Amino acid sequence: MKPQEVDTAQIRARYPDVFDRPASARLATPAMIVAALAILIYGLVDLDFSPSRFFAGLSQLGWITLMMIPPDPGSSLPIYLKALGETLSIALLGTTLAAVFALPVSLLAARNIVPSNILRFPVRRFLDSIRGVDTLIWALVWINVVGLGPFAGVLAIAVADFGAFGKLFSEAIESADQKQVEGIRASGGSALHEIRFGLLPQVLPVIAGQVLYFIESNTRSATIIGIVGAGGIGLQLAEQIRVLEWQKVSFLILMILVAVAAIDFISGKLRFAIIGRRAVA
Amino acid sequence: MTTAVSILPAQQLAALNGAYRQAVSRRRLRLLWGTGIFAAALVLAAIGAEVNLRTLFTYFGNFVSYFDRILTLENGQRVWTDVGEWFWGWRKWLKMLAETLLISYVGTLIGATFAFALNFFAAENTSPAPWLRFVVRRLLEFARTVPGIVFALVFVIAFGLGPMAGVLAIAIHSTGALGKLFSEIVENADMKPVEGIRSTGASWLACMRFAIVPQVTAGYASYALLRFEINVREASVMGFVGAGGIGQELVVAIRKFYYSDVSAILLTIIVTVFIIDIATGWLRGRLFGKEART
Repeated sequence: MKPQEVDTAQIRARYPDVFDRPASARLATPAMIVAALAILIYGLVDLDFSPSRFFAGLSQLGWITLMMIPPDPGSSLPIYLKALGETLSIALLGTTLAAVFALPVSLLAARNIVPSNILRFPVRRFLDSIRGVDTLIWALVWINVVGLGPFAGVLAIAVADFGAFGKLFSEAIESADQKQVEGIRASGGSALHEIRFGLLPQVLPVIAGQVLYFIESNTRSATIIGIVGAGGIGLQLAEQIRVLEWQKVSFLILMILVAVAAIDFISGKLRFAIIGRRAVA
Repeated sequence: MTTAVSILPAQQLAALNGAYRQAVSRRRLRLLWGTGIFAAALVLAAIGAEVNLRTLFTYFGNFVSYFDRILTLENGQRVWTDVGEWFWGWRKWLKMLAETLLISYVGTLIGATFAFALNFFAAENTSPAPWLRFVVRRLLEFARTVPGIVFALVFVIAFGLGPMAGVLAIAIHSTGALGKLFSEIVENADMKPVEGIRSTGASWLACMRFAIVPQVTAGYASYALLRFEINVREASVMGFVGAGGIGQELVVAIRKFYYSDVSAILLTIIVTVFIIDIATGWLRGRLFGKEART
């Protein structure tokens, strides 16, 4: 079979937007790439990247890695275990506190509970600004208030997560089914009854899942707030890095990795048990 | 209108009621156990974390008055009465802020590049060899689990104080996080184009380039933008350990009790984070349409 003759001119005429795309559309992607690269190069220059510095640092890093092997806690294993316990305690307590305080506030931020935009807006912006501040910054603030130590860490995590939970819970509440609330109202329940029997049974499993997930991720946050002095294993880690005890550093990092993996595993199982297979994200 | 409600005979009803009560009480018992264990864990944690409610109550006033103090200028006036005095260091702060943004931009871009290079090896459907996938996955996991600021602490010692350590820390952490997300996108990609291209005798690289990449670039860019948002927050605290950015100024202000500076810098950071959030959200919507928004 002879290949069909293609009349390019006719096809061109028929599909002008495929063959004759305007220059702006054709140049958009390359222009964006060039712009991205230009900012990258400017950034590298502005941030004092120089190849010599980079490679010197890299060889330094190689030495450090070599000195990390084998991981060895020396004689301070009991201290480290205690610090790890402290970290886990900080994560658990901080998250629980945050959840307890966030639940009532999240009701105020949910559209189906507080229909008024004027009331809801300040609550939402308030939660947003709390979330805009990093946990580490909260830790520094709390250290000024209650002094150095794990308690400042608990409060820092509680405040930082309060903002996140407020938003997440209110979203969970907004996506709840309204029919059950209406049913309670139809049978003569008060507003509080509506929340208790119509809403909470729907949202509690979702909330429990989120809280567990945050306990998991807060174990990670709790490991680092020690760096600014708010207790836990981060304090030991920062100290050992400063005195260049690399074997202890690698041991501590391994400890953190194992602890995080263990918490991940446990909370995965628990979430599975609480909310069932379909809701495990 | 009347409806007849059928009522079961008493005997049958009693049996059903009994079964119902038993089921409910079993659930209640389990809930009680769970609550008990949770409460015990909390108490244990409270002891472990040296929670002292007395300290909290004595010093809680400090927390409230702290915000009072950071909103007061040195002459006793509220900060917003004299914005010029409040933001006296705005030139320096804006410069540090620009540095923070640059750190997160460069860090995200480097991280995304490495994640892009690695993710095809980590995805189940495109990895050339199981052992390679295992190695790359563990590598990404490591980069993701070790907090960015810990990398920064180590890098500050290796590369010296300054933004370079911050950039590299953010780059490594982003590589781990994005590598996982990218490989998940690849795993969801349609494999038929790959088969089509492989059937023409193309190499693995060509399969990736012409069959997978066109499907996944939108998702990649969306995640990278999201990561940039997160990295701005992270870069704002990199200065705490000497890795550049506005965190340096903030930590000095907090530690040395320059109260009004603390609120000024915090406000700058919060506003910047807001703007970046909104801008990247708009950009994502603009570039990839509504469905790509996460």
